[in-house]
Order: sequence, then C-alpha cells, then structure tokens
Amino acid sequence: MTNRNEIDKISGVETTGHDWDGIKELNNPLPRWWILTFYATIAFSIGYMVVYPSWPTPGGGTKGLWGWSSRHDIQTVMDDVAKGRADVEKKISSSDINAIMASPELKAFAVSAGGSAFKVHCAACHGAGAQGAVGYPNLNDDDWLWGGKPEQIVATIAHGVRSPTDSATHTSQMPAFGRDGVLDDQKIAAVTQYVLKLAKLDHDEAKATAGAQIFTDNCAACHGANGEGNQDMGAPRLSDQIWLYKGTAEAITAQVTNPRHGVMPAWEPQLGPDKVKELAAYVISLGGSK
Amino acid sequence: MSSRSEVQSSLSTTGDIDRSDVKDVNTGAKAKGGLYAAREKIFPKRVQGTFRRLKWIIMAVTLAIYYITPWLRWDRGPNAPDQAVLLDMLHRRFYFFFIEIWPQEFYFVAGLLVMAGVGLFLVTSVVGRAWCGYSCPQTVWTDLFIAVESFFEGDRNARMKLDAAPYGLRKIGLRLAKHITWLVIAVATGGAWIFYFADAPTLLKSFVTGEAPFVAYGTVGVLTATTYIFGGLMREQVCIYMCPWPRIQAAMLDEDSLVVTYNAWRGEPRSRGMKKSKAEGLVSGDCVDCNACVAVCPTGIDIRHGQQMECITCALCIDACDDIMSKLGRQKGLIDYSTLRDYNHNMALVSSDGGQTIEPARIRDANGGFIAGVRHFDWHVILRPRTFIYVGLWSLVGLGMLFALLTRDHLRVNVLHDRNPMAIKMSDGSIRNGFTVKLLNMQPDARSVTLSIDGLAGAEMTVAGVEGKQGRSIDVPLQPDKLETLHVFVTVSPQLMKAGKNEFRFVASDFRVGSTAKYEASFETEGLSQ
Repeated sequence: MTNRNEIDKISGVETTGHDWDGIKELNNPLPRWWILTFYATIAFSIGYMVVYPSWPTPGGGTKGLWGWSSRHDIQTVMDDVAKGRADVEKKISSSDINAIMASPELKAFAVSAGGSAFKVHCAACHGAGAQGAVGYPNLNDDDWLWGGKPEQIVATIAHGVRSPTDSATHTSQMPAFGRDGVLDDQKIAAVTQYVLKLAKLDHDEAKATAGAQIFTDNCAACHGANGEGNQDMGAPRLSDQIWLYKGTAEAITAQVTNPRHGVMPAWEPQLGPDKVKELAAYVISLGGSK
Repeated sequence: MSSRSEVQSSLSTTGDIDRSDVKDVNTGAKAKGGLYAAREKIFPKRVQGTFRRLKWIIMAVTLAIYYITPWLRWDRGPNAPDQAVLLDMLHRRFYFFFIEIWPQEFYFVAGLLVMAGVGLFLVTSVVGRAWCGYSCPQTVWTDLFIAVESFFEGDRNARMKLDAAPYGLRKIGLRLAKHITWLVIAVATGGAWIFYFADAPTLLKSFVTGEAPFVAYGTVGVLTATTYIFGGLMREQVCIYMCPWPRIQAAMLDEDSLVVTYNAWRGEPRSRGMKKSKAEGLVSGDCVDCNACVAVCPTGIDIRHGQQMECITCALCIDACDDIMSKLGRQKGLIDYSTLRDYNHNMALVSSDGGQTIEPARIRDANGGFIAGVRHFDWHVILRPRTFIYVGLWSLVGLGMLFALLTRDHLRVNVLHDRNPMAIKMSDGSIRNGFTVKLLNMQPDARSVTLSIDGLAGAEMTVAGVEGKQGRSIDVPLQPDKLETLHVFVTVSPQLMKAGKNEFRFVASDFRVGSTAKYEASFETEGLSQ
C-alpha cells in the first residue's frame, strides 16, 4: 500500500492507495445520492420479500403478508371475462341457430367460441381446419350426409351419428352386399362402374350399362334413382365429386362389399345445448352450409 | 461551495473588477478519503448578455410549445377528434394537425427518430452540445427552477448567505415559497403531459373532479416528482451522472466544431491586478482571474480547464466574460465559440513550446489590437463535407417521408389466405379458397368501396354472412376511420385454371374519389383435402 491520500500529478485526483506494479487507482468518488439510492433499493427489496411471495420452501414458498398470488389474479380476470360474457351467453341460450347467425353480435361470439371448442372436441377426427380425412367428413365443403341446414347441423352435433348413448341419434345401415352374398363379384364390379359414371369419373361403359339395373334394384331406394342421395337416412350423394371413402373403383367396390359406417358422439349430453349451437355456428362459418 | 468559511469571504477586489471567490466543483481531491462524495452546492450567478437572452427566448418557446400544444384545436369533421396533436392510445391513432397515422404507419415515427438522430449529429458536429446547453428539457427546466430560486432568494451571494444562515422565520418563508413554486411548475409539467393522450378539455375537467383514470394521476404524480427532483434538487447531477450524452459527445466533435472555449492564447498568463503586474513588469494576458465564468456556471465548472464532460455549453460564461472584458475596455471573446483548429493555430502564434509559456504580446499590434494572423470566429467553418453529408441525409429522410405522407392512399386492402385448409373441393368439382380480406378506411368519413377480383377467369366471390352477393365484385360499406374484416370465399372451376398457384388481385375501389388499392393474392389448387 502506498500513501492513501496521495494526489496524482497528472489528473490532480487523489488515489485510493491501491497500487499494482506502480499502477495506482484514482479515487473519483461516486455521488453520495447514488449509494443512498442503492441502499434504498436494498431496503425496497427486503420490504418486497416481506409482503410478496419470495422464498421457496419445501412446502411451496413464503406467501407474503399481502397474500398476493398470480392464481388469484388470473381467477379475477377470468371472473371478469365470465361476467362480461354472461349477457351474450344468455342471448345465445335463448336463441335458435338461425337467430344467432342473423345477429352480428351473437354470430361473432358464437363463431369464435365454437372455433375454440372445435379445436378441443372435434379436431381429433375432423382436423384442425375441419378439413376432414378419409372416413371423416370435410366440414368446409357443401356436401352433407345428414343435411347442411343450420338446424340440421345443430341436430347432428347434438345427437351424433350412430351414437350408442343417444336415442335421437342419426342411424342407418347400408347392407353388406358382398359379404352377405346379395351380389356376386361380377355384379359388384358392374355397379361400381355405374357409380363412377354417375359421378362423371372414368369408367368402363359396358360394365356401367350392365350395372344400371343392379343399381336401380339394390341402391336407388336409398341413394336415389340418379345417385342424388338421401340426407334423411344419411345416404351419401353419389353423383358429386366428394367421397368420404375415396372415389376410386377399389374403394367403391370395398364399400359395396362390406361397408364402413362412421360414428360420431352425441355432444349435447357432454357440452350442453349452448356449446352445441356455438359449434354449429363455427361449422356454418366455414362456408359450406346451405 | 464546500465550506462555510469560503462563503463568508466570497468577495475580494481586483482593481475595479469584483473577484468571485469560487472554485470549480469537478477538479481536485474532493473525495477526502471517502469513496462517495456529497454534492457540492452550486449557486449560479445571474448574468446578462447575448446568450442569456437567447436562452430566455428558447426557454419561452420550448415551454410554450410544451404547455400550449395539447390545447390547439384542429377540425377533422364529426368522426374524428378535434385536438391538433393527439396520441390516441385507446383507438390506436396518432393525430398531428392534418396528418393521421395508423399503428402500421409507425415507420413515420421511426423516420422522425432517424431525423432527430442525424439532426443531433449535425448540430453537435457544428456547435457541440447545443442540445444540452439550450434545448434539453433538463437544461430548460433547471434554468427555470434557478430563475425561481433567485427570484425569491436573490442572486448568488444572497443565496449563499441564506443557505449558510440558521433556519429562522425569513429563511423558512423563502424556502417554502421557492419549493411551493417549484412544485406548482412540476405539477403543471406533469399535468401537461397527459393532455397529449386524451382530449385536453375533457381530461382537465375529469382530472379536477377526480374522475380521471388512475393512470392519469399516476403519470402526473411521477412526472411531478421527476420534474421537482431533477430540476430543483439534482440539476447538474442528472447531466453528469445520469445522462449518457456527455459520454457520447466526444465521438461527435471534431476539430472544426464550434465549442465554448477559453482562448488561453490571449488570456494567459492570468493577472490579478493589472496595475500591480504592469508595475512589476510581469507579462500578463487578458484574463484577470475574476472567476466570473465559474460563478455563473450552472454545472459549477471552470471553462478555463478546456473541454470537460460536465460542460453543457450553455455559453453563459461567454456572457459573463464579455461583460468583464467590456468593463476593462478589452476585446470581447476571451471566452468564445471557437474551433480546436483555430485555437491551436492561435496558440502556435503565442507559444513556441506547445503552450508551456505564452507570450500574449506576440499577437498584439502597435495599437493593442490583434495582428492579422490571428484567427477569429468565422461562421464559414460550418460549411464542410461532414455537415453537408448530415444535411443531405437529414433532408433525404425528410423528403422521403414527406413524399410517402403526401402520396399515401387512405384506402388499403390486406389479404390473408386461409392456411388450413388451403383449398376445398366442392360437390360440383369446383375449387374454393378462403381469404380474410381487411379493408382499411383511413379517412374520417363513411364510404362505400367495391371489392373485386382482377384476373382468375371464371372466379366467383362469396362473402360469409352477406346473402346473395355473388359474382366478381361486391360493394362493402365502410365505417369512418375503421377497419372492416371480411371472410371471402373464391370459387373457380378447375377446368378454367392451371394446377398449383394462380395469381390474381383483389382490388378495392372507391369510384367516388377515384382511389384504388390492390393486393396481389394467389389461388391454390394444391393441398386439397381427400
């Protein structure tokens, strides 16, 4: 240590007395208010630790004198949200789907709420964008198995399709023409070509001609004389470009031989009638509803 | 002043010039062994002169702009506020006289900041820290607070005496008057700020009646506290310890920058008592060491030590010194705006050993004037490549913004293609794409806009929620100064277009005023589900 109060010749500033191989540290003092402010922040932090949750303990942590918690904050916010929604939710509860879609206020709310619920309850099968997959209908398009009118969509969501728990569920069954031996392979092949013709897809004209009568005898009762379908019994329209199980000869043959039948849960018992309406509003907003 | 004894004998005389017994606060061994030092009180002396007058004018103008601006009215019709300058955070609009800026046009503010930055470079390279000395709010309010202080407590010596005196009725009264006035100014300062963010008359009324939102009171409270503390109590401490600009300035100055300079080449050697030094045959310069420059300094420094971080270049020492020089019948400008280049040139004239010994007689002619070789203040020094580049950049940004501002359209369209799914096959085999179309009506009047498809033959539009409006164009009513969001379905037969991406445009037109906005969109056939 050198002399503590030595004055540096060049700067005129005193040294701290620290000396490293002849290099001396100058003492340009910090302002006193600076150190007092620093002490004030320390005092503040102690106060903060006392009144707010701060130290972790085996049981969770200190709670603080004011008993503040972020969970309580979020609960307050959520309660406010619920309070703000109460009015519009009451209106949705007392309105039918057409009235909801006619009111810009209710529609905006229902579409948004339904969109959220869709991601939770429906996206697993129908896809996040309701685009569907093989065996799971695309809800964006204008083809509907059980009807695309707003109230029909509500009914389908509410009671489901072939739901074992709901007595009002949509239900129908296509005979297994091949498995049960009603039609032999040759006839199935012929009627397959006729179905392809109905949909204006590539087909074998000779077989299709042979299949016309088979179609009239076996299929037209449900699917219609020209394959226009029947939404009352969920019989798909065969003359359009949309296929639940692909529009190829193999897929159609497989369906005629041993048909698959889709199942959807009845949602009203789980979600209640209001959420069903909101889901329907979202599906309608996708643009395919009629 | 750090000690009371100095205060007691603050005056001594040098002939007819009063000499202030004052020492600069930023040099010497002030720590006295400690690592922290108390603030040394500074009592700036009143001064008259050119720069003091300029500072009064700038103070009046800047304070007037700050306090009055929110109260100016500007008629924008029934659908927009009539406040000339308004930052409407709630509705996310910024109004500045005839200009209205939406949040996505924030680049105008960024441009203004770029201009402010380049402007600061320009001013600094020309006249040093003119921002600090004249127009920084810290300087302006500190100046105002010092004026209040000397109004109540008197000039430097009276204030020092009062400060040293024990608390009595008079001292308490004067101190109360000063602090209350400071607080009133501080409240007015904090109060004026909030009027930029809401309709001023309405807010004032609700503020006074206690109905204003908490954030208004909180803001006024914080700004009142900062104004009072920074302007009244901390003053130069803010400049020296809190502000980064004094550290940055060194990089901005060059040897042609005009900075407040003590012209040592004519001032040195200093003499205290001309007659005495003349009688003794001593060489003496113009500086009579009266310390007037130190006594008037608001940051308490001695400009004769040259450029210092603490110097805000307020130029009050120039006024103080000019006053002394005229009393002595000598040329003004012993302390003056000067460049380092001129200073060094003149220094070389009077000194042969780099300034160790100065012979002021070498620049004097027979009549006591300066010889021709001495360089004086010359405004032409501002004309140099660096300043031209800054002016050019500044103007370029300014003109670019002005052009963008004057040519911008008050109708805009933004389009977002639906991502999931990209494309939908309909039962008749046609393909549908969904788009979120946002129409921005950026004027305070309602209008009807036609949204149409340009390109994409055979395409038809459907708007969700709008019955029966099908075709290639639809009319959309727009609310004043609002954004309208539409979900638009476009359907095309696959036979009429190529597979993959098909480019087309959404066009929004207001035929009434002939304004059109376009958006390049694309129709996708890929990504069909099933």
